[in-house]
Amino acid sequence: METDVLVIGGGPAGTWAAVSAARRGARVILADKGFCGTSGATAPSGTAVWYVPPDVAARGKAKATREELGGFLAHHDWMDAVLETTFALVNELGERGYPFPRDVEGRLRQNSLQGPEYMRLMRKLVKGAGARILDHSPALELLIDADGAVAGARGIDRRTHAGWQIKAKSVVIATGGCAFLSRALGTNNLTGDGYLMAAEAGAELSGMEFSNAYAIAPVFSSVTKTLFYEWASFTDASGAAITGAASKGGRSVIARALQQGAVFAQLDRADGEVRTAMRAAQPNFFLPFDRAGIDPFTQPFEITLRLEGTVRGTGGLRLVDQSAATTVPGLYAAGDAATRELICGGFTGGGSHNAAWAMSSGAWAGEGAAAFARQCRAGLARTAAPARGPALAGGRGHAFDPAALIKAVQAEVFPFDTNYFRSGDGLARSLTRLDSLWRTVRAADGARPEDALKAREAVAMLATARWMYRSGLARTESRGMHRRYDLTALDPAQRHHVTSGGLDEVWTGRVPADGQPLEAAA
Amino acid sequence: MIELISADHCTSCDICVAVCPTSVFDAVPGCTPVIARQDDCQTCFLCEVYCPADALYVGPDAEKPDAAEVAWDAVETLRGSYRRAIGWTRDTRGLRAMDDTHVLLGRLK
Repeated sequence: METDVLVIGGGPAGTWAAVSAARRGARVILADKGFCGTSGATAPSGTAVWYVPPDVAARGKAKATREELGGFLAHHDWMDAVLETTFALVNELGERGYPFPRDVEGRLRQNSLQGPEYMRLMRKLVKGAGARILDHSPALELLIDADGAVAGARGIDRRTHAGWQIKAKSVVIATGGCAFLSRALGTNNLTGDGYLMAAEAGAELSGMEFSNAYAIAPVFSSVTKTLFYEWASFTDASGAAITGAASKGGRSVIARALQQGAVFAQLDRADGEVRTAMRAAQPNFFLPFDRAGIDPFTQPFEITLRLEGTVRGTGGLRLVDQSAATTVPGLYAAGDAATRELICGGFTGGGSHNAAWAMSSGAWAGEGAAAFARQCRAGLARTAAPARGPALAGGRGHAFDPAALIKAVQAEVFPFDTNYFRSGDGLARSLTRLDSLWRTVRAADGARPEDALKAREAVAMLATARWMYRSGLARTESRGMHRRYDLTALDPAQRHHVTSGGLDEVWTGRVPADGQPLEAAA
Repeated sequence: MIELISADHCTSCDICVAVCPTSVFDAVPGCTPVIARQDDCQTCFLCEVYCPADALYVGPDAEKPDAAEVAWDAVETLRGSYRRAIGWTRDTRGLRAMDDTHVLLGRLK
């Protein structure tokens, strides 16, 4: 197959990229790992959106709220651009039939989206714009031309295991972040595949130390809806209140308590109005409770913290300009796959900025990739070869077990002791084990077609963990969500982005918060 | 996790096979699809909202399948409950615009 622009991933960022590129006259193929419309973290959720009308005071306030939380790493020009683009795109959703609610005064409220509705509409818009969708078609590796530019991708149909190859003039990575198969809602397809493919083509990452977001969920359930726990009280196994435990500003207290024993929550601080609003705002929050026979307002239920990694962290592929170009020619990135530090610095929760970033960076990446495709002189005639990374090329005669590798990586990234509460020693010890796993993977044989997807997911998770912890070691302070208990203070001299990349040898570097290169990779 | 497809209600349209984001189902020509890879289920409940016959049941547990086999009779009252709650049935369309997130965000201010 051949196309102008190949979009990998069909969540909010990928669908907006496809729409944006197709509207600019590019031929577009969107390849989704699952089904474009249900794939990704947005589809099964409800999400607030950073939708702020063009009022100078309101936008100034919106930008100021997250500055300190994010460790002063966000860029004002990027925030302005995201606010502007998001406002226009959300208005367009309304014009295209998205059923935004009205409040009691009859005003339209456009600052949140229901995942099933939103993504069903996005699929329709992608098709309406003339882009072709390939469902259940995960990309496994990029095609790279003789000059190092990206020229398409190879993948498989996950149902038949048949291979596919698409030559493209440019590629958008919109594969989401990496949540390490923690079973947080909607994240099972989000294993860092795009980071791995892009890094194999030489792309750089940024902010990978901001990768330890954990969300509250009932211990048995996938449903993570941290907002609702603003109305929760938290108790231990004896029924005693846990001092300082809170969804916002007290989640680390919950993590500490979970290291001691079971923790229970109860949404008993919600009054009648809040209870009714919760049911209407996100019906699926209540499905697990209703089906398990628990009333979350009156009965304590055991909770856990599920790792959401970079899905709700802010690290990802480094962008070099507002066309959402990465450091590799012909390669663009959007949504959780691209670093969100540009508008959030080192911290976000779910929704809001994340949703705004996905749609804005998606639209920009589609536009950028379409412009690159128009100017790509060699076009589809150029010779391109697959990157042939781990699990795809012949090794030294021993196989590796993807399920065992996934467990081994999870054992490094799930524990609060290593990832939530970080220290130089802890990260270094974990990296020794992760590097050893990488050498094993490097020596392994290529996976069989029926194992290729799981094998590449496992490799992507391993690579992501190594960039995370190497970046965490390089940031010798606490900033944003990166909390080091051996270095608890924010160091004003480290107001820079930590860049990273590399596969066999992982490197880190620095870029100052105003975007100009500071020094070569260390 | 996905627990049941009701052969009584299923029309073999195979929409669930198409829309499942993690390819849990396999189509069987002329028959009810089978749950072929239950372990891959991400408990997102989206198969239920896309099923026009309300013939699917997703259990509450995301970590493991239900210990006991779930009988359709025991979950009949929940049939289609999520699809109705988000306004995706003919008689519940008004609920599509019932998102009260703004009320919650307003209460937090």
